[in-house]
Amino acid sequence: MASVFEYAPAPESRSVVDIAPSYGLFIDGEFTEAADGKVFKSISPSTEEVLSEVAQAGAEDVDRAVKAARKAFEKWSALPGSERAKYLFRIARIIQERSRELAVLETLDNGKPIKETRDTDLPLVAAHFFYYAGWADKLDHAGFGANPRPLGVAGQVIPWNFPLLMLAWKIAPALATGNTVVLKPAETTPLSALFFADICRQAGLPKGVVNILPGYGDAGAALVAHEDVNKVAFTGSTAVGKEIARTIAGTRKKLTLELGGKGANIVFDDAPIDQAVEGIVTGIFFNQGQVCCAGSRLLVQESIQDELLESLKRRLSTLRLGDPLDKNTDIGAINSAEQLARITALTEQGEAEGAERWSPACELPSSGYWFAPTLFTNVTQAHTIARDEIFGPVLSVLSFRTPDEAVAKANNSQYGLSAGIWTEKGSRILAVANKLRAGVVWSNTFNKFDPTSPFGGYKESGFGREGGRHGLEAYLDV
Amino acid sequence: MSDRLNVLKTYKLYVGGKFPRSESGRVYEVTTATSAAGAAGKGKWLANAPLASRKDARDAVVAARKAFGPWSGATAYNRGQILYRVAEMLEGRKEQFVREVAEAEGLSKSKAAVQVDAAIDRWVWYAGWTDKIAQVVGGGNPVAGPFFNLSTPEPTGVVVVLAPQESSFLGLVSVVAPVIATGNTAIVVTSEKSPLPALSLGEVLATSDLPGGVVNVLSGRTAEIATPLAAHQDVNAIDLAGADDVLAKELEIAAADNLKRVLRPQPVDYAETPGIERMTAFLETKTVWHPTGSLGASGSSY
Amino acid sequence: MPTTAPAAHALGDVTASDSTLRRFLHGLPGVDTVGLEARAASLGTRSIKTTAKAYAIDLAISMVDLTTLEGADTPGKVRALGAKAVHPDPTDRTTPTAAAVCVYPDMVATAKEAVAGSGVKVASVATAFPAGRAALDVKLADVRDAVAAGADEVDMVIDRGAFLAGNYMKVYDEIVAVKETCGTSARLKVIFETGELSTYDNIRRASWLGMLAGADFIKTSTGKVAVNATPANTLLMLEAVRDFRAQTGVQVGVKPAGGIRTSKDAIKFLVLVNETAGEDWLDNHWFRFGASSLLNDLLMQRQKLATGRYSGPDYVTVD
Repeated sequence: MASVFEYAPAPESRSVVDIAPSYGLFIDGEFTEAADGKVFKSISPSTEEVLSEVAQAGAEDVDRAVKAARKAFEKWSALPGSERAKYLFRIARIIQERSRELAVLETLDNGKPIKETRDTDLPLVAAHFFYYAGWADKLDHAGFGANPRPLGVAGQVIPWNFPLLMLAWKIAPALATGNTVVLKPAETTPLSALFFADICRQAGLPKGVVNILPGYGDAGAALVAHEDVNKVAFTGSTAVGKEIARTIAGTRKKLTLELGGKGANIVFDDAPIDQAVEGIVTGIFFNQGQVCCAGSRLLVQESIQDELLESLKRRLSTLRLGDPLDKNTDIGAINSAEQLARITALTEQGEAEGAERWSPACELPSSGYWFAPTLFTNVTQAHTIARDEIFGPVLSVLSFRTPDEAVAKANNSQYGLSAGIWTEKGSRILAVANKLRAGVVWSNTFNKFDPTSPFGGYKESGFGREGGRHGLEAYLDV
Repeated sequence: MSDRLNVLKTYKLYVGGKFPRSESGRVYEVTTATSAAGAAGKGKWLANAPLASRKDARDAVVAARKAFGPWSGATAYNRGQILYRVAEMLEGRKEQFVREVAEAEGLSKSKAAVQVDAAIDRWVWYAGWTDKIAQVVGGGNPVAGPFFNLSTPEPTGVVVVLAPQESSFLGLVSVVAPVIATGNTAIVVTSEKSPLPALSLGEVLATSDLPGGVVNVLSGRTAEIATPLAAHQDVNAIDLAGADDVLAKELEIAAADNLKRVLRPQPVDYAETPGIERMTAFLETKTVWHPTGSLGASGSSY
Repeated sequence: MPTTAPAAHALGDVTASDSTLRRFLHGLPGVDTVGLEARAASLGTRSIKTTAKAYAIDLAISMVDLTTLEGADTPGKVRALGAKAVHPDPTDRTTPTAAAVCVYPDMVATAKEAVAGSGVKVASVATAFPAGRAALDVKLADVRDAVAAGADEVDMVIDRGAFLAGNYMKVYDEIVAVKETCGTSARLKVIFETGELSTYDNIRRASWLGMLAGADFIKTSTGKVAVNATPANTLLMLEAVRDFRAQTGVQVGVKPAGGIRTSKDAIKFLVLVNETAGEDWLDNHWFRFGASSLLNDLLMQRQKLATGRYSGPDYVTVD
């Protein structure tokens, strides 16, 4: 939208981060090549520029990493909790010191706006380590009995939407409780995890406690299936989550899964409307909608539907899409060509099924993977775009007449991760929150995260909680 | 005594608060335990138990789902009262259960009485938990921002419980009570060879103010009944206590189809006071956020 | 006394009686404090650089209501202020003029003289500024004085006591009366003293009340209480004028006043305007800054952009 007040480009300096032309696997405290010598390229989704060439882990490397983690486990788990705590505090501090560098790196590798990596991802990453550091010497008081024991080697597989934050959610509680880890970052976003490996070295973390294996699904599958892994933690798609659950059936491996969602954001007619509009925008356009807890279904009370949609469309017209390194960018790039294709296919299906599509006037850059913020109206529960997770900047708008109907529609999903409620009536918030089958309910706000706040799903959104005291349980033998 | 012919009980399933025969019309013979091997058919005939089919299982899921809303929505105090009522009712029928347990498990009357007493006490233990578990595993979270943030446990939903094969009554109660104490509803597959105490428990539950469908009791071949239940898309969780390793693995694989919460079989001494693990295994944590803000409009600065 | 202002027609009979007015104002959507402040803070992180910054600084200069509202105001002080408004930076004649000088009614004539022929307006506070505690006749006399002395704009204060007591009709009637007294020669700015209204819900209600009564501008504060203009209360008022125009077709201006001292702050407010009410308000006919020290900081920033070096207080005029 051409405006008389056109913001000049305000790019964050790329020079704060020094990306090496190639990276190895991080096993037993050393960067090493893959056993079969395979490598893959990590590219910047906003420009398709190759950022670096990264060693690609295979089954043999997984075995090597698990052995290293096993070897390190004995000493690490025997360390006094207060000593483990200090390592984690060190890591938290180094992350804070290097947060600008990591934010730029994450933006380059993931495609999300620097505004988000700078103001959301990195502060939460540091806070998560800081929070779990404090637990390491207090586990006796965590409500899991005296002297709760770690599980052993944790195999962790994380997604590309919040690469470093998901790493923090996995590694911080695992280490605090005395486990050692082998973590596989997503193949499209391996770089921040490799920088984290360097942070572990700076922090003097003993060798083998943290092992990082960039790679594809085959490496993840090998890690999950490895017989010397005691704990599997996965964040990603529901389909893969189910496959993992099958793989570990009949073993003693403990499993936690953070999977997909189709969050309902319910707006009642007495909502604080301007804040609700902001909440809807945050709910579905934060991180280009590539968020498992996104509020991807807007349930609006029919009596205010037109008014709300008008406000929403006006607001969407002010979203700034473009260079993720520009500090004024609201909407960055889609993470990969593959993800872009999935979003495109689902939105085309939405149109084919008769939903009405709208996007603000929005010029997309010529290279890279981009998708304009998109709104679908005339959507019903029967539409694919109301049921399937799109994982992109696409909002499906449905209406309801009564609170009962809102709750019924919100719960009518295989998922149960998040939900939103917007109303000025306190008793309605509590009543509706009580009925929603979702692990996180945001009332009069959306997409808020905190290390003290347990996060996780009902139903096919997975099980187990990350964050807070609850998050310890996943890594303790209880 | 001997000059009078006993009236024998027809054992029936307990589904949705009613006592149906198996939809299949089939029964199987239940005998006294004879040896450690406990081979069925070698002991004295006790009764014909219903051989529940996959359709009975399906009906039980419907009943349990229907009961879930009201039961999970009942106050914790109310659930506690009802669980305590179960203990009261059992106390009054202790003799019957002592006999059934003795016959089922090949125990002396006195050893069986120990089991039954412990089972009654277990109901009392869980009756007291209903309104405390939320305070133990939930609570406020001190988030770094102007938000009220509260985590509370909520029941997972419809839970299939494969009761332990050996401990026909104490084991059964020990796995059923924690599931329903927190507001879940249960479909219980009894011990295959010793289903009678479980089927009799259904009669007690029916007279304890427990709403129909909260507990549904199915007897028969564990594997036959459990297989469709493990795959059922409207079941939220499964306790595999009564499955052997081979069956447990198969069921766990089937359970992955809709990501049921799975409690794997593990060695348990049911004589011990339980912990809270059998409750937390079937609880979800819901975390609710709400802005707090300041009283006035003066909080903002730049 | 007329009880209906022109804008009210588009909203039917909401001002027909005390109860209809109350129902309307209390039926406005609520404001969530945390969400509002978060949105204001988020817009505050916009990074306005180079050409955008140059544009914003000049725009901000052109929007300044250069203000002196002291007991110690003298003709000399007011003349100096007038000169400053006309030529904010004597060393650089490309600098835009300020929007207006804002003074007490008795200084209007002096101010008019000082800015004569420049296009700079003279605004006068009125209605027993800043407390607003006087009989209506006295308030209207105050307004008449200012208008008679040639004020182009009148900055009135509302009766916060009446507002907080729920006497919305009284507040409304007073604004209507003042508006009528302003006639066609002076635009009316209605000051709510948001710091005394205390809640955002009240600020939204006051905004609509003022606009219904015919305000040409709604203005945050007098600058005389602890909390004056903030990004959040200004954002809220920008939402109100945006929504009011959507419903009635009538455009109303916004003036944050008090506490805005730096260019950085001023630019944040312009971002709020740009992304909330939109570019139609990016003009000193529709947006003002009530400020005094802000202008010098804008001028120093302007010099920095022009020369590439940081300026200092000795290179702008002290008035």
